[in-house]
Amino acid sequence: MLKNTDEQFGLISTYIHWISAVMVFSLFALGFWMVDLNYYSEWYREAPYYHKAFGLTLFSLTLIRIIWKLSNKTPKDLGGKKVEHKLAKLAHLALYGLLLLIMFSGYLISTADGRGIELFNLFTVPSMGELFANQEDLAGEVHEIAAYTIMAMVVLHVLAALKHHFIDKDETIKRITKFK
Amino acid sequence: MKKLSLTLVGLLALTASQVASAADYVLDVKGAHAFINFKANHLGYSFLTGRFNKFDGKFSYDAKDVAATKITVNIDATSIDSNHAERDKHLRGGDFLAVEEFPTAKFVSTKVTDKGGDKVEVVGDFTLHGVTNSITIDATKIGEGKDPWGGYRAGFAGTTTIDVSDYDFKAGWVGKIELELLIEGIKQ
Repeated sequence: MLKNTDEQFGLISTYIHWISAVMVFSLFALGFWMVDLNYYSEWYREAPYYHKAFGLTLFSLTLIRIIWKLSNKTPKDLGGKKVEHKLAKLAHLALYGLLLLIMFSGYLISTADGRGIELFNLFTVPSMGELFANQEDLAGEVHEIAAYTIMAMVVLHVLAALKHHFIDKDETIKRITKFK
Repeated sequence: MKKLSLTLVGLLALTASQVASAADYVLDVKGAHAFINFKANHLGYSFLTGRFNKFDGKFSYDAKDVAATKITVNIDATSIDSNHAERDKHLRGGDFLAVEEFPTAKFVSTKVTDKGGDKVEVVGDFTLHGVTNSITIDATKIGEGKDPWGGYRAGFAGTTTIDVSDYDFKAGWVGKIELELLIEGIKQ
């Protein structure tokens, strides 16, 4: 089933979720590693190139994801208190918000001087020019802080999922792990 | 503190009469008639250049008593500009200038020597990345005189070479950097 139902996430939501998860971890690890690369490292140019290209890819995927989420039903909340559902919604919203914030701030770092960002030699995403003073530095701070914040949120996300699975013994994880 | 101070201080200038005879000039940074450029080697194959966009400074100068010259310049290290935002971000970071910790650089002259003709040797303390070293700037007086707007100006050009490892840059592999100072002062 491609679409979500009241009981289950569909294939599209499921695949986008897990591909995004892998990409978020990879981009974080790559970003964490590449900022300390030596200038003479063979990865000095390659790592940021892939970081940016995959970041843009994740951005496209996230836009599709948001459109899909808004045009599709979400499986009904399982047991638990109303306040828990509200907090879960808020946490999910924060994950989306942080993702977009990280992507946009990353874009602002690389485009601060009018240069665009190359997407795998396919095309160049143009710059909007310098939108504010010290753009590359301020955007860099936001990018870094938001990246650490989202990793903290991811830990919370995973702990919450495990709590549902092992303590509440409900269907939460099963709902998002049906791959065919 | 936001200025690089090229103070051409002649030792003899410490006597009152000589200080009094020298005119005070302020670098024309408002009109951007002063520049602090740098030139670094890239990979051993080429050069890249950049500049500091924000700085200020002043000097006192008397053509008849060059040794009494003093100059002070304060540079805003965060204003480094190599025409590439990602590189500038890197240059401001911990590998190079570490501007959060060391936001300013400064030059204060300690000894100025008349080398004959228009040549002047300016020795001074240069503070960069929190480290102060004595450097020597080989300067040339370009000219002085009335400007068309009722003022009086004097201008100098100078170059010096520093090794970033003398200033504890993490990126010591950058090696030697040539600094070029093109300054025009307006008499106060």
